[in-house]
Amino acid sequence: MRIVLFHLMPYADLDLEAARRNGTVWVKLPNRHFDPAKGHQLYNRYLDELEYGETLGFDVIAVNEHHQTAYGLMPSPIVTASALARRTSRVRIAILGSALPLRSHPLTVAEEHAMIDVISGGRLISGFVRGIGAEYHTFGVNPTFSHDRFHEAHDLIVRAWTEEGPFPFEGRHYNVQYVNLWPRPLQKPHPPIWIPSQGSKETIDWAADPKRRYTYLQTFSPAKVVERYLRMYRDTAKGFGYEPNDSQLGWAVPVYVGKDDESARREAKEHFEVFRNVFVKMPLEMLLPPGYTSRDSMKNVMKAKALMFGDVTLEQAIDLGLFVCGSPKTVLSSFEKYWQDMRFGNLLVLCQFGTLPADLTRRNMELFAGEVMPALKKL
Amino acid sequence: MEFRESFVELSGCGVRLRRGGQGPALLFLHGASGMPAILPCLHRLAERFDVVVPEHPGYGRSGEPQWLENIHDLAYFYLDFMESLGLRDVLLVGNSMGGWIALEIAVRDTSRIKAMVLVSPAGVKAPGVHPADTFLMSAEEQVRALVYDQKIAEARLAEPVTPEALDLALKNRHTTARLAWEPRFHDPHLPKWLHRIQVPVTIVWGEEDRILPVGIAPYLQKLLRNSRLEIFPKCGHLPHAEMPERFVEIVCG
Repeated sequence: MRIVLFHLMPYADLDLEAARRNGTVWVKLPNRHFDPAKGHQLYNRYLDELEYGETLGFDVIAVNEHHQTAYGLMPSPIVTASALARRTSRVRIAILGSALPLRSHPLTVAEEHAMIDVISGGRLISGFVRGIGAEYHTFGVNPTFSHDRFHEAHDLIVRAWTEEGPFPFEGRHYNVQYVNLWPRPLQKPHPPIWIPSQGSKETIDWAADPKRRYTYLQTFSPAKVVERYLRMYRDTAKGFGYEPNDSQLGWAVPVYVGKDDESARREAKEHFEVFRNVFVKMPLEMLLPPGYTSRDSMKNVMKAKALMFGDVTLEQAIDLGLFVCGSPKTVLSSFEKYWQDMRFGNLLVLCQFGTLPADLTRRNMELFAGEVMPALKKL
Repeated sequence: MEFRESFVELSGCGVRLRRGGQGPALLFLHGASGMPAILPCLHRLAERFDVVVPEHPGYGRSGEPQWLENIHDLAYFYLDFMESLGLRDVLLVGNSMGGWIALEIAVRDTSRIKAMVLVSPAGVKAPGVHPADTFLMSAEEQVRALVYDQKIAEARLAEPVTPEALDLALKNRHTTARLAWEPRFHDPHLPKWLHRIQVPVTIVWGEEDRILPVGIAPYLQKLLRNSRLEIFPKCGHLPHAEMPERFVEIVCG
């Protein structure tokens, strides 16, 4: 198994009372709540944590993209990935991912990813996402064209990476007379492409297609939901007539390892619950603008509203498999059991979440890397 | 007055049509919430007019054609529609999104239009006036913001939401987003061409409109050379539904 250290870079100095009063940290939480001086400390602390991931032996360190939110301070994962490319030398760097439909021009994504791939000596893993629903509110991009723009932007980027330029690209959303990428990516035919998703049949059908066989990552979902979607990917691949490799499947999950179960839960509780019940929370209209998902998916979410929009305690989250927490032994045996059921070839661990401070984050990473990761890598 | 229901097939789209009354043609273009039931004001207008109430492509029980990508598509569709039904000397009435469609139709061609009544129409962005963001409102917030008289809102909210009504609401919201998400509920190029509308236009606006504030009304009136403005006090975004008597009087007058 390949182990990925994943970071969201939340604004951990957030005034939590203000955030709770506002109802969500997305879209409309006034940015006077962001203090750039504290931001300076946080960015550098978080980048140090990711760089430490290389020292600790993680296979991949990963960043992602979110806009106008305290949930994550990476409106451009390009900036963080670039910084990491220069400060690390062996570890792979994953952008999970660039929100293609939010960009006015996909060639900028092709160019920036190619630059990082070349600078890092071919260590980039490219991820593509549509951006979450809230970001269609912040950017004004029409969510009913989200899938179309995603697919077309993807096609343009992959062609720009792989075909000899200059060539013209004619689409419904993007038209370019001269596609002629400088630099071309170092990896051949192009950097691996991973597709993070909160679970969508449409995305799985597209990612599992034999032309693509992209690695599908299920993010922050109850273990049963992760299992259902990873199985859907396998079944879809079989429907296409091939047996997927475990490396095509991944699970992203927050993790906390402590000395023993009791102290792990005690140390993580407040910080995890802030993550789940303050940073993640947003109203339905923000989460699912029209057209972002199919109307059937939207109705399913509306039915599950109590579970999705209500508060979750740390204990409930552990039971649901939304969070893996405990002694090294407990965490290892949990993942071994989940792996038996799901056979994911990539595990993305979020070792910092919510307000988890620097000292606990580091110890969490060290315990995970020292006492859990070696056995998992052998799976 | 009774309305007959039928489906007409046009440009590969089945359009649900309700039509009632006799007299000069009145084409009513509904707003973003669709038109599940014929409103009392339309029943009354059918005593004087041949009232034609289509559900727009993408709304209600009409089809969802592939070609529907922007508001201009609907303008051309309704030019075809009037031609196909042989409507002439039409009194074109539109509320909100429907008012926007009416404006987009009329800048292109008024040859079948005799006069227009625009009821708190979308379509034009007035400087310094900020419409509500309906896409971030819950269903309940929307119902409350639509009307001034909260008793009407309470009655609407007390009605049970059937699975079918939910399906239609999601469908209407989807099409509204497709047409009006960005730029939000307006076409920045429309003001350049509004001088082409020379038929008489009556603009009706609720003084307490919490969706499209009444501040848009005088701006729009200046852009339409042959227009007059009627502002309804103590009235929200749906003057035709909230104050039907006065609305019918103005349409007939």
